[in-house]
Amino acid sequence: MSKFLEITQLVKTFPTPKGPLTVVRDFDLGLKKGEFITVIGHSGCGKSTVLSMIAGLSDVTGGVIVLAGKEVTNAGPDRGVVFQAPCLLPWFTAFENVMLGIDQVYYTASKLERTQIAEYYLSLVGLADSMHKRPGELSQGMRQRCGIARAFALSPKMLLLDEPFGMLDSLTKFELQDVLLNLWQRDQKTALMVTHDVDEALYLSDRVVMMTDGPEATVGDILEVKFPRPRTRRQLLEDPEYYRLREYLIHFLNERSHHRPGKNGQPALAHA
Amino acid sequence: MNKFKFDWLILPLVGVLIVLSVWHGVAGKKIFVTDAAGAIIEEKRIGLIPDLPNVVETWTSSLPYIKEPFAKRGEMDQGILRFTWYSLVLVAQGYAIALIIGVPLGFFLGLSPTFTKMFDPLIQVLRPVSPLAWLPLGLVLFMRAGPEAGTYAALFTIALCGMWPTVLNTAVGVRAVPQDYLNVGRVLKLSRWKMLTKILIPATLPYMFTGFRLSLGISWLAIVAAEMLTGRPGAGGFLWQEYNALIYEHIIFSILTIGLVGLILDRLMSLVEARFKATS
Ligand SMILES: Nc1ncnc2c1ncn2[C@@H]1O[C@H](COP(=O)(O)OP(=O)(O)OP(=O)(O)O)[C@@H](O)[C@H]1O
Ligand SMILES: [Mg+2]
Repeated sequence: MSKFLEITQLVKTFPTPKGPLTVVRDFDLGLKKGEFITVIGHSGCGKSTVLSMIAGLSDVTGGVIVLAGKEVTNAGPDRGVVFQAPCLLPWFTAFENVMLGIDQVYYTASKLERTQIAEYYLSLVGLADSMHKRPGELSQGMRQRCGIARAFALSPKMLLLDEPFGMLDSLTKFELQDVLLNLWQRDQKTALMVTHDVDEALYLSDRVVMMTDGPEATVGDILEVKFPRPRTRRQLLEDPEYYRLREYLIHFLNERSHHRPGKNGQPALAHA
Repeated sequence: MNKFKFDWLILPLVGVLIVLSVWHGVAGKKIFVTDAAGAIIEEKRIGLIPDLPNVVETWTSSLPYIKEPFAKRGEMDQGILRFTWYSLVLVAQGYAIALIIGVPLGFFLGLSPTFTKMFDPLIQVLRPVSPLAWLPLGLVLFMRAGPEAGTYAALFTIALCGMWPTVLNTAVGVRAVPQDYLNVGRVLKLSRWKMLTKILIPATLPYMFTGFRLSLGISWLAIVAAEMLTGRPGAGGFLWQEYNALIYEHIIFSILTIGLVGLILDRLMSLVEARFKATS
């Protein structure tokens, strides 16, 4: 089966005052259509860097990224991005923020239809009552909901999420994870999400990609998460397998992430 | 509440009183020299700076202009608010030109490093040049423009001097637009026009308004030079005319008027600016 997103031998080098810094090297990854993948790794290892290259917001130094058969060279609305900080434009209301993209993507639809799309997605994420407020009047969680609505409303081929729940309290986080899962299942999107929360990774994804520490970070290991969907937190917590996988991820982060695969005789798991 | 009154009312009043008394102390005073019979033979001024009018003289002499602020007794003899109004109209026109040219220039500077490298040194050289220096050039430029040449030269000077804060602040604002906002635009593939109107301009507005306020201050500063050298009626033209007519009291009166109007303009712009920063 051919991959929906294929990343081959990706390299990213930043010029710094102290000479070039290779943040990511030899990064290979393939995503099937409809798959939900999370990437975990220590802070600063290069997760956002990889994600922004897939988003087309940052140039690749080497290697190729192919999305649905086409090489990624630029940013575009076919990839919905939910940023690490919910960067809504502060001079627009939540509704206008979502509309900005909708006007762009559904330019053939009537004004009424476009408004309906925006209202629909905003109410899906639970913002029906506050969609005409500006970001300044919304809580962190509400802003992040709006960010998710903005990304989903464009019905992109793929979702790229950069620690979207990193700054939220756990209750809001749980709620938004479910919002995200519902939307993802309903629309059959392909999703790549960066996180450093092990439980979040296991609850959401089909596979967890573990990145080694930078510089020259790469894929250290990949873990398959085969819990049936739809999942519930309780069901996971009652499954001994959950604790085994969790232990595996934590062990990677604590011990193995410090070495590039190969150096210590642990090749990256082939990702079938 | 009392502390507030003290800081905002009493202390400034004390300051004003101190300055007024120093002024009055060094200023001249009129005295009459009489002969033995008591008849006036000579009128002369004494004091540290004999020709400087004192506070009382300035006040009595200015009173008619304040009492009838809109009077028009002649081209160069009008109520102070009427003069101020003429000056404001001229400044408003020059200021509008400054903004119309300054904002796009600022955007180009902010957006294009090449453009900045090309023109920034030049701007740094032109920026400190005084309005007094620009005006003669303006007069030369518009020499063949007929009877309105003076007006054009004045507008040229006001616009040119007032433009720089708007240009520079806009450029700084454009450079300071967070990369995140630009990324939102790139992800949505916004057209250049939408990128400008939906993202760049709103993000730059707070900076632009700071520039607008400073520009207004400088435009007002240039008014005296512009009116003096072109002989137009207005707060600054009045000042120069009264200097030539040896009515020195009115020089001080004009200075105070110009200062007060400048203060009011600045405060008004601050209000607009604050409103804008609060809502964006
Ligand atoms: N524009 C840049 N210039 C130079 N170095 C950069 C640049 N952007 C990122 N880096 C470096 O690349 C490395 C990876 O950064 P990145 O933001 O991808 O990390 P991350 O894994 O997303 O971290 P976090 O979990 O904290 O978000 C960091 O060491 C960072 O300093
Ligand atoms: Mg990051």
